[in-house]
Amino acid sequence: MAEFTLPKNSKVGVGKTVKAPAGAAKVKNFKVYRWSPDDDKNPTLDTFEIDLNDCGPMVLDALIKIKNEIDATVTFRRSCREGICGSCAMNIDGTNTLACLKPIEDVKGDVKVYPLPHMPVVKDLVPDLSQAYAQLASIEPWLKTVTQPPPDSERLQSPDDRAKLDGLWECILCFCCTTSCPSYWWNGDRYLGPAVLLQAYRWLADSRDEGKGERLDALEDPFRLYRCHTIMNCTKTCPKGLNPAKAIAEIKKMMVERQG
Amino acid sequence: MTMINPLARVRGLGSAKEGTHHWIAQRMTAVALIPLMIWFVFSLTCILGSDLAAVKAWIGSPFNAVLTILMLVAGFHHAQLGLQVVIEDYVHGHGCKIALLWFVKGAAIFFAVAAVFSVVKLAIGV
Repeated sequence: MAEFTLPKNSKVGVGKTVKAPAGAAKVKNFKVYRWSPDDDKNPTLDTFEIDLNDCGPMVLDALIKIKNEIDATVTFRRSCREGICGSCAMNIDGTNTLACLKPIEDVKGDVKVYPLPHMPVVKDLVPDLSQAYAQLASIEPWLKTVTQPPPDSERLQSPDDRAKLDGLWECILCFCCTTSCPSYWWNGDRYLGPAVLLQAYRWLADSRDEGKGERLDALEDPFRLYRCHTIMNCTKTCPKGLNPAKAIAEIKKMMVERQG
Repeated sequence: MTMINPLARVRGLGSAKEGTHHWIAQRMTAVALIPLMIWFVFSLTCILGSDLAAVKAWIGSPFNAVLTILMLVAGFHHAQLGLQVVIEDYVHGHGCKIALLWFVKGAAIFFAVAAVFSVVKLAIGV
């Protein structure tokens, strides 16, 4: 059965509290999920008091400040700090988003920071995404053609056909949507999840792709595709404002269309 | 413990090439049930408190009998399709899942046949 409570060794305890320096004028509490594979302890929620007058505007700025100035063992992924690499995806204030795009000011009260939900945790805020990456590889996210390309030019695509990829190519594969989806929580071993299905549709919608039939064959499965019940968490949480639920609906429409 | 690489695990036994008909049937029965349920509930309120003879007369009309049977078949089919989704979502033991799916399907067929038989018996009065 689906598990609705955390297993014993995943129950989150209260961690340490690091006070703000004396004279801090604008203090905000950051409660950060901590877990290390190196000891047998349960995860804890550490509290860091941060002076916002001495910190950048985004949650990622605060995390970097914590790592640089308070506790160097706080572990998280980040790279571009401008919402294009997808590394710093985490659960902030109850919603999956990119720490670099989430203004601290938008959070009322304490800023609670957890790793992406329902993924194995490597350490602290770093989830193990190998399953999601393997699922991405399984939909073969590249142009499939039989026709050889013209020897001296690119494969042509009309502006109208190119426009059909808008809202799809912008996905940065941060997996905020996939890890916000209850269907993925319960059946992530077989359900592909919104991020990967949006990528699948990105190639199904490409006028240059010649492998639509085999793509649909591979997706037509009670678990791979049809675990989507239009819950819409994916669309609500996407930090890039994309609509994975619509992409999945389009795939379902294609499935019906080819029935006759 | 097995050591299986992630792509092999994700590809698994391949696609079932199934699910679309379930999806279409779920929507068709849902759409059909909207007018059927409205009609049925409205009709029930009209014959509420009537005696057996009046109910027999009502269901004896071919129009009422056919629509009632359609409502029952669509309803049990829709319920079975929906429960199947719930079981597939939440029950993860393979044997337990198959047993529940068979049970639900069998129960739906049993109750649908029993309900249709009841309507026919009332309407024709065997």
